[in-house]
Amino acid sequence: MGQTITVTVNGTAHTAEVEQRTLLVHFLREALNLTGTHIGCDTSTCGCCTVHLDGETVLSCSLLAVQADGHAVRTVEGLEQNGELHPIQKAFHENHGLQCGFCTPGMMMSALGVIEQHPDASDDEIREALEGNLCRGTGYQNLGAGVRSAAVEMARN
Amino acid sequence: MATTERLTSGGVGDAVLRKEDRKFVTGEGRYVDDLKLPGMLHAAFVRSSFGHAKINSIDASAALAMPGVHAVLTNATLPVETGVLSASNPGGDVRHPEQAILAKEFARYVGEPVAMVIADNRYLARDAADAVQVDYDPVPVVVDAEKALEPGAPLVHAEYDSNLVKTLAHVTDGFADALAKAPKKISLRVVNQRVTPMPMETRGCIGDWSNSTGEVTLYTSTQVAHFVRTFVSIVCGTSEAKVRVVTPDVGGGFGAKLNTYREEFAVCAASKVVGRPVKWIEDRTENAVATIHGRDQVQYYEAGVDENGKILALKFDAVQNNGAYNQLLTPSISHLTLFMVPGCYDIQDVSITIRQVFTNTTPTDASRGAGRPEATHGIERLMDAIADDLGIDAAEVRRRNFIKADQFPYTSATGLAYDSGEYHETLEVALELSEYAGFEARRAEAAKRGKYRGIGLSTYVEVCGLAPSAVTAALGIGAPGWEHSTVRLHPTGKATVITGTSPHGQGHATSWSQITQTELGIPFDDVEVIHGDTAFQPYGLGTYGSRSLAVGGIALYRSLGKVREKARELAAHLLECSIDDLEWTGTSWQVKGSPDRAKTIQELAYAGWASASLPEGIEPVLEATTFHDPPNFTFPFGTHVCEVEIDQATGHVEVVNYTAVDDCGNVITPMIVDGQVHGGIIQGLGQALFEETVYSEDGHMLTPTLVEYLVPSAADVPPMTLHRTTTPSTSNPMGVKGIGEAGTIAASSAIVNAAVDALSVIGVRHLEMPMQPSRIWNVMQEATS
Repeated sequence: MGQTITVTVNGTAHTAEVEQRTLLVHFLREALNLTGTHIGCDTSTCGCCTVHLDGETVLSCSLLAVQADGHAVRTVEGLEQNGELHPIQKAFHENHGLQCGFCTPGMMMSALGVIEQHPDASDDEIREALEGNLCRGTGYQNLGAGVRSAAVEMARN
Repeated sequence: MATTERLTSGGVGDAVLRKEDRKFVTGEGRYVDDLKLPGMLHAAFVRSSFGHAKINSIDASAALAMPGVHAVLTNATLPVETGVLSASNPGGDVRHPEQAILAKEFARYVGEPVAMVIADNRYLARDAADAVQVDYDPVPVVVDAEKALEPGAPLVHAEYDSNLVKTLAHVTDGFADALAKAPKKISLRVVNQRVTPMPMETRGCIGDWSNSTGEVTLYTSTQVAHFVRTFVSIVCGTSEAKVRVVTPDVGGGFGAKLNTYREEFAVCAASKVVGRPVKWIEDRTENAVATIHGRDQVQYYEAGVDENGKILALKFDAVQNNGAYNQLLTPSISHLTLFMVPGCYDIQDVSITIRQVFTNTTPTDASRGAGRPEATHGIERLMDAIADDLGIDAAEVRRRNFIKADQFPYTSATGLAYDSGEYHETLEVALELSEYAGFEARRAEAAKRGKYRGIGLSTYVEVCGLAPSAVTAALGIGAPGWEHSTVRLHPTGKATVITGTSPHGQGHATSWSQITQTELGIPFDDVEVIHGDTAFQPYGLGTYGSRSLAVGGIALYRSLGKVREKARELAAHLLECSIDDLEWTGTSWQVKGSPDRAKTIQELAYAGWASASLPEGIEPVLEATTFHDPPNFTFPFGTHVCEVEIDQATGHVEVVNYTAVDDCGNVITPMIVDGQVHGGIIQGLGQALFEETVYSEDGHMLTPTLVEYLVPSAADVPPMTLHRTTTPSTSNPMGVKGIGEAGTIAASSAIVNAAVDALSVIGVRHLEMPMQPSRIWNVMQEATS
């Protein structure tokens, strides 16, 4: 059964008809072609699909698109502004915080959520906060360094 | 266009930043599931819910009646010529049962595909797959490899008289004598449990078949596009020249994608049936059963040693669980174990027997390290067992057994020619960095906090740079081991590098650009690296076995040399001198001692293209192709030292310190090497502490999701100290070895050895993996009761 929803994604309002059972992640990827948000599991365990809903970090595989009706979503595509990388993007690049790139968008969105909501988070708190985002390539060493350096940079600005 | 930021200039060994990154951090990576083709339909598979069952009938009527369902295909209706192919036949008499693309009469493991539904979208395809009724008669199941060898065990394939796939054997002439004469014999059983490679991107593919031309394009998340092309042409029955395989961005491999799978053939054949592109994306639960597993080897060691702990003879008997069928390289994986049984030790006499076995489980194949972690984990546990038994320090027993630096090139008892090594050096550096000598104070301090603290070593050597083609042929692998490259200079002075390697996170575009800058003087930012599309490449073998740099990188190095030499002839012609009068400055050919008489590589690229005046016999355009077949493998090595603390109340094992000293020969991109070591270690840590793919006795998958199958998270990783020594390989002109798997190969034994050391105070002498708290708690209860 279809339902018409309006979701503001990265500042742009999108109105579309969706099946009620459509997951938010599929709505973003298939209806809006925002394929930077990835799907890595089917149990809300891997964090690849992490986005922000009204500023809160959420798993877009665990929300229905209709639940986002009237809300604002931020995805990885919304980070870069006017061709300028966001500090979190820059930090992942400069610290070799990514390898294959698949977990990277979700990882950055989770990290950003922590940094924005808890600017004084300690290294351990950041590591705990990223527990729900799995990466099989980096061993989290450089990735962690990236998050720390982004936190420092964002605190400065 | 913005230039790539970097810390230094961009040549070999410089600390550059990756040129791949921008698309990934902006969400513009393009993985298979991101691709949409016009008219594309979606596939879902009906999979066996039994470990072993006869398929009586398949009723698809309810599924076919659903609006938006286009087809339900079964073994009877899927248009393919043959089943899944294996390239592996060590010894020439391996049992290769037919692996139909969709199960024919029997399903032999949970998850084996039985039928395929094609529908308008993925939701509908899944609904329709649920509506397909399969009538099964379950038959007896065997999942344990040792039990599968017992008389009367259920037969996985009724056409054979046992479940034995193949026995690999290698015995040196002097073995029996040497073992008999050894004053002391030490035995150890080690289980290297089944794991799942688990790249964060599951598998997925899109088949696009043109019924008018017979051409098929397959988009697939793979490490080996050309293997897939060859096999699609055979399985689907079309000319290989009509098959194009495109590898878009690949979200990790770890061996999972070093294969050719039923679904890749099925989407091509299904596209032929429905006349539209067909996409299939594996979900994670499906991945647990539909994608290969790794390891699953039970090992029995018997070492004959002298009073000093020197190994005089080594007996190794193992049973390897191959799963229900042989995949691309399944029978060859434990051959790599066989090769590496002696490890980095000077053991002259060995007796090795590996029995490979069919069971009602998902096939095993290459999982990061592929056969070598099994060998390394076992021998490193054995070294500690010898040290423990004889009361010798674990580092000292290794020193006494190491192959010494002056013994290289060294021929191992299993017939490999180790290229170069400085095993003592990495050990001593690692002991120093890890403050090994001061450990007992840390153990005592931890005890006051209710923790058992232990320290463990792993000194490893691995074999990579797969592989000399004569060797792969001798090993019964029906595929070569060379790699290709093409270097093309454009009239504007930019370079295109085409490589047969197939990166999925390794950063080849960056490293290959550095090599190009160093060897040809084309700036890092002026190099574009192309990979992963068979339409644009000569044949390539792909990325696996830590081979990309040591084989593909050397292919590139040689093509760059050819272009440089062609440029030299052109320069001599234009400068009206002999080629012997010219010297290479790094960016130009100049007349010796006359900087004003020179041609830059960019000027020569233009002149070669413009062709206004070419020397006699020289063709236009500066371009060269190389097919490089390596003369030998490479043998990276190192020492890892791990410290763990075990909670005396809960059995929780925490890695509190980790030091890795690795030697992978010369390094192209330091940051990428570190990243590979980090990730490799954490994958080994995963196996040591958390990961195990578990079946129930009746063949059900008990770890189908990331909730049951635990992979390490950011909260689980220890601080690491990395260090490198540099012992160039003598197998290739760049002196490079490979680093993709070393961390995984080394880590599990360092961690387990540390845990055994920690619990040695309560009399524990061995631990199996994964060392989850429940297992350790039980061990502690037994030891202290």
